[in-house]
Amino acid sequence: MELTHADVAAFAQSWGLVYLFILFIGTVVYALWPSNKKKFNDAANLPLSED
Amino acid sequence: MQTAAKPPVANDLMGWLTSGALALGAVIAIIVASKATTTPMMVHTFIMAAAFIAGIVGIMNLNMRLKAGHYDAPSPSGVHYNEGVVKAGVIASMFWGIAGFVAGLYIALELAFPALNFDLSFLNFGRLRPLHTSAVIFAFGGNVLIATSFYAVQRTCKTRLAGEVAPWFVFWGYQLFIVLAATGYLMGITQGKEYAEPEWYTDLWLTIVWVVYLLTFLATLWKRKEPHIYVANWFYLAFIVTIAMLHIVNNLSVPVSIYGAKSYSLFAGVQDALTQWWYGHNAVGFFLTAGFLAIMYYFVPKRAERPVYSYRLSIIHFWALIFLYIWAGPHHLHYTALPDWAQTLGMTFSIMLWMPSWGGMINGLMTLSGAWDKLRTDPVLRMLVVSVAFYGMSTFEGPLMSIKAVNSLSHYTDWTVGHVHSGALGWVGYVSFGALYCLVPWLWKRERLYSLKLVDLHFWVSTIGILLYITAMWVSGIMQGLMWRAYNELGFLENSFVETVEAMHPYYVIRAVGGLLFVLGAIIMAYNLWRTAKGDLAEPISVHSPAATPAE
Repeated sequence: MELTHADVAAFAQSWGLVYLFILFIGTVVYALWPSNKKKFNDAANLPLSED
Repeated sequence: MQTAAKPPVANDLMGWLTSGALALGAVIAIIVASKATTTPMMVHTFIMAAAFIAGIVGIMNLNMRLKAGHYDAPSPSGVHYNEGVVKAGVIASMFWGIAGFVAGLYIALELAFPALNFDLSFLNFGRLRPLHTSAVIFAFGGNVLIATSFYAVQRTCKTRLAGEVAPWFVFWGYQLFIVLAATGYLMGITQGKEYAEPEWYTDLWLTIVWVVYLLTFLATLWKRKEPHIYVANWFYLAFIVTIAMLHIVNNLSVPVSIYGAKSYSLFAGVQDALTQWWYGHNAVGFFLTAGFLAIMYYFVPKRAERPVYSYRLSIIHFWALIFLYIWAGPHHLHYTALPDWAQTLGMTFSIMLWMPSWGGMINGLMTLSGAWDKLRTDPVLRMLVVSVAFYGMSTFEGPLMSIKAVNSLSHYTDWTVGHVHSGALGWVGYVSFGALYCLVPWLWKRERLYSLKLVDLHFWVSTIGILLYITAMWVSGIMQGLMWRAYNELGFLENSFVETVEAMHPYYVIRAVGGLLFVLGAIIMAYNLWRTAKGDLAEPISVHSPAATPAE
């Protein structure tokens, strides 16, 4: 089977959307996951806790 | 957390290996020099040979100094931070910054008064323009990024920079890249790709330096004493990794001869154009944005003495920014041979970038919530905050200009130049200045800067300069675009090209005045930093005197 420009374009235009949407949802869930709160608070204070 | 002070040790094996590689490089450079097909190539190979030999001497000197106990004293918590290489980066940033700003001022004057090229090839606008762009982006910006990344990664990981030879190799290797690029442009060596002008051998050298930079950064993260990797380090890492990828792919080329500078790109036609603008736009996205956002995420909280407004937002900011930016490049190729759907893709991703960009801006600005009063008393913090405001403004303007209908008016005009400079002078320039104003007292162990009044003066002189610059370019660019597309009732073009050039003259003069003010501000800054490093103080310690705070 020959891979044409149209095939590549169709793939990018469909699966590209799914891929980026899943990534976005994953990032938001990770950032807002309640048990990560302490970890992120500690990290946020890193620049302030140094000598 | 108290840890025993572990002083840095010289690594003889690494010293010998690096020296051997440099010696081999010098031999190759001399062989190429003996058969060089052109004089500029011969000049470059001699510069490389001399630099490699100097590098061997430098490594011997470094290891001898380490063995003799010449290194920075440990911090109160007992870490021997490597501050020497950061100091070198600060000095180099200031030096290349002024050189690059002056070059920009000169070409701005050449555009207003073309006779200023004096019919000399090396003063030609076509040669000085890449000299200016590379000097400000790669020499100034690059040194700021190397210096701040080396500083922030050590402090947020509570550990010394990995390796002793490697950080210095990165620093001096990068300076050699700058010298090769800059002298090459003046002698007419270019591969004609915007922001990727250096030829194949300079590209190869930068690849080596950049890989060592990446390894040094990764190894430092690896030996961190903190459980978390602070968000600034994520941004620095994205910047280093992506620039490596972009640089290698866009510079895939075949030299005509290893004894000559000329090479031909592996790509042709629209593929070459797309590769170039995939590179070009991500140089903006990952060099001028991700890298400097790392500076924002470290230096704004540090200076405001408050943690970042929302760490969760910074995570979403990071992942959204890096996954969207990489697709925005095609907006540089609207109405070209690039397939229409790819142009639309570039435009759509550019518009989506509004979200993470403004999320990041809000995160930076809101870090000051509860500390807004510091804007009145601390001009350094004001500079940092105004830089974030400029970031918001130029990341609003950019997506707007990527919309095809807007782009049909703005593309190839001075509007683009104005847009670039609101980002470059306002965002990249100010966030760098803010970071350098922070770093010099910290590194040279001074209580504070020599003069906050001079920072204030720098701020206002530069800000007026930037405003003159970008407003002149808005007017000039939109006028230029409208004049190009004006038709008369018979369907002929209303204006000849030279008429548009003539109409832009007054704005070119205003732009040059703006540039002059920006240069003056940088000179004031260099003086202030030099006096700070010397340990001088211009004003009494009380910084809350009314005289230090102008009415706003």
